[in-house]
Amino acid sequence: MGNSAIRIGVDIGGTFTDVVIEVEGKQFSTKVLTTYIAPENAIIDGLHQVCAKAGVAPSDIGQIIHGTTLATNALIERRGAKTALITTEGFRDVIEMRTESRFEQYDLNLTLPDPLIPRQSRFTISERVDATGGVLLDLDRAEIEAVADQINAAGYESIAVGLIHSYLNPDHERMVRDVLAEKLPDVMVSLSSEVSPQMREYERFNTVVANAYIKPLMKSYLGRLKGRLEDEGADCSVFLMHSGGGIISIESAADFPVRLVESGPAGGAVFAANIAARYGLDKVLSFDMGGTTAKICLIKNQTPKTSHVFEVARTYRFKKGSGMPISIPVIDMVEIGAGGGSLAHIDSMRQIRVGPESAGSEPGPACYGRGGEKPAVTDADLVLGKLDPNNFAGGSIQLHADSSADALVNVLGKTLDMDAQTAAFGLAEVVDENMANAARVHAVENGEDLSEYTMIAFGGAAPLHAGRLCEKLGVDRLLVPTGAGVGSAIGFLRAPFSFEANRSVYMKLSDFKPEVIKSLLTELQDEATGFVRSCDATSDIISEFKVYMRYTGQGWEIPTSLSAKQAMSPKADTFLKLFEADYSALFGRTVDGMDVEITVWSVNATTPPEQVAQIALASDAGAATVAGQRALFDPALATVTDAQLVLRNDMKAGQTVQGPAVVTEDETTIIVPSSRQVTAQPDGTIDMTTKGAQA
Amino acid sequence: MSTPSNVAYQVMWNRMISVVEEQAQALVRTAFSTSVREAGDLSAGVYDTAGQMLAQAVTGTPGHVNAMADAVGHFIRRIGRENIFEGDVYITNDPWEGTGHLHDITVVTPSFHKGELAGFFGCTAHIVDIGGRGFGADAASVYEEGLYIPIMKLVNRGEVDQTLIRIVRGNVREPDQLVGDIYALATCNEIGHRRLIEMMEEFGLDDLNGIGGFILENSRRATLECINALPHGEASGEMTVDGFSAPITLKVKLSIEQDRILSDFAGTSGVDKKGINCPLVYAKAYACYALKCAIAPEIPNNAASLAPFEITAPENSIVNAVHPAPVALRHIVGHFVPDAIYAALDQLLPNTVPAEGAGCLCNFQVSLRPRTDAAHTVGARRAEVLTFNSGGTGARPQFDGLNATAFPSGVMTMPIEATEHTGPVIVWRKELRPDSGGAGKFRGGLGQYMEVGAQEGHEFDFQAMFDRVDHPARGRQGGENGAPTTIIQDDGAKMYGKGKQFVAHGRRVVLAFPGGAGYGPVSERDPELVKRDLARGYISAETAARDYGMTQQDIEAVQTAVTKGEMI
Repeated sequence: MGNSAIRIGVDIGGTFTDVVIEVEGKQFSTKVLTTYIAPENAIIDGLHQVCAKAGVAPSDIGQIIHGTTLATNALIERRGAKTALITTEGFRDVIEMRTESRFEQYDLNLTLPDPLIPRQSRFTISERVDATGGVLLDLDRAEIEAVADQINAAGYESIAVGLIHSYLNPDHERMVRDVLAEKLPDVMVSLSSEVSPQMREYERFNTVVANAYIKPLMKSYLGRLKGRLEDEGADCSVFLMHSGGGIISIESAADFPVRLVESGPAGGAVFAANIAARYGLDKVLSFDMGGTTAKICLIKNQTPKTSHVFEVARTYRFKKGSGMPISIPVIDMVEIGAGGGSLAHIDSMRQIRVGPESAGSEPGPACYGRGGEKPAVTDADLVLGKLDPNNFAGGSIQLHADSSADALVNVLGKTLDMDAQTAAFGLAEVVDENMANAARVHAVENGEDLSEYTMIAFGGAAPLHAGRLCEKLGVDRLLVPTGAGVGSAIGFLRAPFSFEANRSVYMKLSDFKPEVIKSLLTELQDEATGFVRSCDATSDIISEFKVYMRYTGQGWEIPTSLSAKQAMSPKADTFLKLFEADYSALFGRTVDGMDVEITVWSVNATTPPEQVAQIALASDAGAATVAGQRALFDPALATVTDAQLVLRNDMKAGQTVQGPAVVTEDETTIIVPSSRQVTAQPDGTIDMTTKGAQA
Repeated sequence: MSTPSNVAYQVMWNRMISVVEEQAQALVRTAFSTSVREAGDLSAGVYDTAGQMLAQAVTGTPGHVNAMADAVGHFIRRIGRENIFEGDVYITNDPWEGTGHLHDITVVTPSFHKGELAGFFGCTAHIVDIGGRGFGADAASVYEEGLYIPIMKLVNRGEVDQTLIRIVRGNVREPDQLVGDIYALATCNEIGHRRLIEMMEEFGLDDLNGIGGFILENSRRATLECINALPHGEASGEMTVDGFSAPITLKVKLSIEQDRILSDFAGTSGVDKKGINCPLVYAKAYACYALKCAIAPEIPNNAASLAPFEITAPENSIVNAVHPAPVALRHIVGHFVPDAIYAALDQLLPNTVPAEGAGCLCNFQVSLRPRTDAAHTVGARRAEVLTFNSGGTGARPQFDGLNATAFPSGVMTMPIEATEHTGPVIVWRKELRPDSGGAGKFRGGLGQYMEVGAQEGHEFDFQAMFDRVDHPARGRQGGENGAPTTIIQDDGAKMYGKGKQFVAHGRRVVLAFPGGAGYGPVSERDPELVKRDLARGYISAETAARDYGMTQQDIEAVQTAVTKGEMI
């Protein structure tokens, strides 16, 4: 076994596999192209590269933390296993009928995405549990055997089991599993009552189907990865990042691969949470903008906000409802189709629209000079002076401002009677407004006021837009950390071991049963702790208790956190007080005279957060060296300014630059609007604040 | 403050659409009625001081579109400008000045900025009960359909009218839920208001005149460009559906002219004795919606984009029912308006509109109570359970219809697990109905089966709101008809498509909802799609042979492939 002080974080993304090694607090990173056929190859390649940089051998590695888009991509690209569903008779088509609605109201030619499992692969058994968990119709073993025979004849590799109200009473699902284990020992089985024990059949069935669908693929990949690592001498333990922002064992990951969906972005949120801890910030908005999408997440008290349902594989312009719902514990993020490559067009109301279509890398934005004729966000950034055409991506790609100008004028300017610069201004404002709107809506939905927040920006395109976003959102402080290009992989190294167990059980506060609550929460705590204990045999394990409550009759629940004491000696009036405080924070008032009910119970078991040394803010060290001047368009002033140009590497701790300014480095460029100033902090973070505001 | 630039206006328009979407979202999250919180039967919008709608959230209910566009004008007139104060909130459920029936509560809130009236926020939600006979078609006049709340103040300068609240509470079956929903509506406007004021402060606006003009002017021009790109002409369409007392014929003459499209419903059947009549404002909404889908789908709804669509109908026709006609189930007629419009539009714009579909939502309400034919069972209780369900949509010129999907309504169904938590009802079956989609080059969407009973110890009244029992969806351009609605009890007892009907303890209602019709001749259907449909069980072997001419050999080949797990 290796040295526990040497750890590796690996993030497999759509284009690049990022590998970061940390040796006694020092980081070395690399990016290698993702190898789709055998993703482990890129990992091995990257691992050797970073080991060489750090001067260590693979056998020295103590721990590898891994996150991946493979699970997400398998769902998007429909590359999963041949999977069958066993469900309650009468409900064969739940995953196909969805919500019986159209996610786009005005498109007569709308098509709905196919379910992961086609109808002929969905089998039914007669059984029924009611809404109290009681059995209305017994399940007959012979019927399961008959279905097992059909499944066997058809050669399915994986089986999802989803029965009505199984989140209340899992007995029938377990009976199905037991019979299948006897009859078809080689076929993998996933139960909805284990994968996602939550009410609402469409979401639960879809989640167990997604789990079953990617299970053979992920199990095989994880097995191969472990083998390859051992071959290279890295026989250390391997853990997986999950969508909830913690890490789990490779075995748990293989059983519940659906929990790996969105693990990359979760790593990004953990990265931002760690920066927040370093700076002692309790209210942070993380902003991650890449080539095709932007992701926004609220981080309170250094913990990313979590949710228990989200949607993957949207098929129609990122439109809500066009993907598939997955109900698992997940870091709550808003993702919109806005990145450097997002393309602009004019709609019939002569409004500029940006995204979600993206130029990709081929042909890329018009400025790449590879035949792109539509203006992308990057084209607008170039024309506005935010980018240096001769020094983009460390000078590896020459940009052509004239091509950008042509595209802007041809696609936008001609119709709107705008020159290239005004069209670029319009394009940039629209995309920034889209992102700001997403952030505002997300904040309001969570009862938060963004003006009290600090933004942390990472990802290639974020520093170009973050300053303007802060102006739009009234955010006074922005941090751009170092290592932002491999933020997710660094985030993996900061994540605790954690597992969230949850259950749907209805209880009204007027019918409050302390003993039932105690035993339910204890059971969930044991389950969650068990997963964490399997990763770490000795560490302290903290339990975080959460209940989801609403007024009886409502359909949307509010998560309310309980202390261990409140959870283990539960009192109805305490629960009510906590709920009312959260409800009025969200909606401005409480509702008199209505009973309150609890719908979902959850316990997150986690190892304590890593102790983070707080940064001592640098004291003023005067103005940074100015390397030159650049004409930069300032959208808040709607005019061109004469901006100072500063190299990030030249900025010493405590040195400042007044906006308008451009701070450049190989990976990205930080735009400092006229209203802002920046200071370099001792850890290399660029700290942007509103001129004249208290930092 | 100088005039904001074109770029600034672009940003503000975006923002206002975001504001109303958020306003609607707040309503979904705080509402109590399943119709709002699970199904999305609501709408929300922002208006200028003249009551012109500037932006509206895209929600599940096209039926609210024009109704909401007109409603605020009625509020301004009834309340009186001189009586509009900061801190006020107004309310109504007037079918003719709101959104078509007493079960829709509309709440309007004036939005003040720097002490001056800047505009209004309005929102509407479908609530489950408003008293009277209960939600259904059985009333002979609007007086029997429930409590009527004329346009009035719910809140006067911050003070809630407790008398009104007491009257409401005293007249409905689920008072807590309804009062909760009324507060949710007020909250939702409040959230919209706060966001609007933030925007006005950010851009230094004193009023909405500039941005309002920009929105309306661009919308008007874009809509007229779409209309004027069409060939001018006239065509008539008609269709007949079940109705309640007698079949109903919807007749429409469509005229595409310079700068406007006129839909005239002269010749349409008169009002029905029972509550399926439709106020003009609601029929107008669905006519507009149908035309906008086909002609100008991208343009958001506001006063200017709706204006060029002119709708007329004779008074006392079923699409222009006047007070005191019963109107509770006005959606049944309203939901068929698009199919009638498309019958005409297909002649003017070929290859654009779908074949007829299930049309109206397949909704029903179950009123459960402890059984009365034997001793009371412990734990038995009363409950009202409303569910929304859909048949199949009509096939399109280039695609099959959508299975069990709402059109023209856009509401969602409720999860049956959630439905079973709202009362002692049991849904035994909810799945696709094979062979119900009309055959054709493109197949109609499948309808669905449902089977509904009660927990032990309960009996119930079943309020049926179905159509297409005797008048299935008709095929277009040579496509075949969809399957009709059927409704029966599990012991074979007959039931009707509409009206309140008793279901005894232990019995179940067995339902089959209609399929959409086919488009184009069946002989032109791609044989691979027929095989796929057979493999999935969308069609049976008999239908494959009879309607699509599939050979026995091919049928067996598909069946064998399915058994072996080969994908088709």
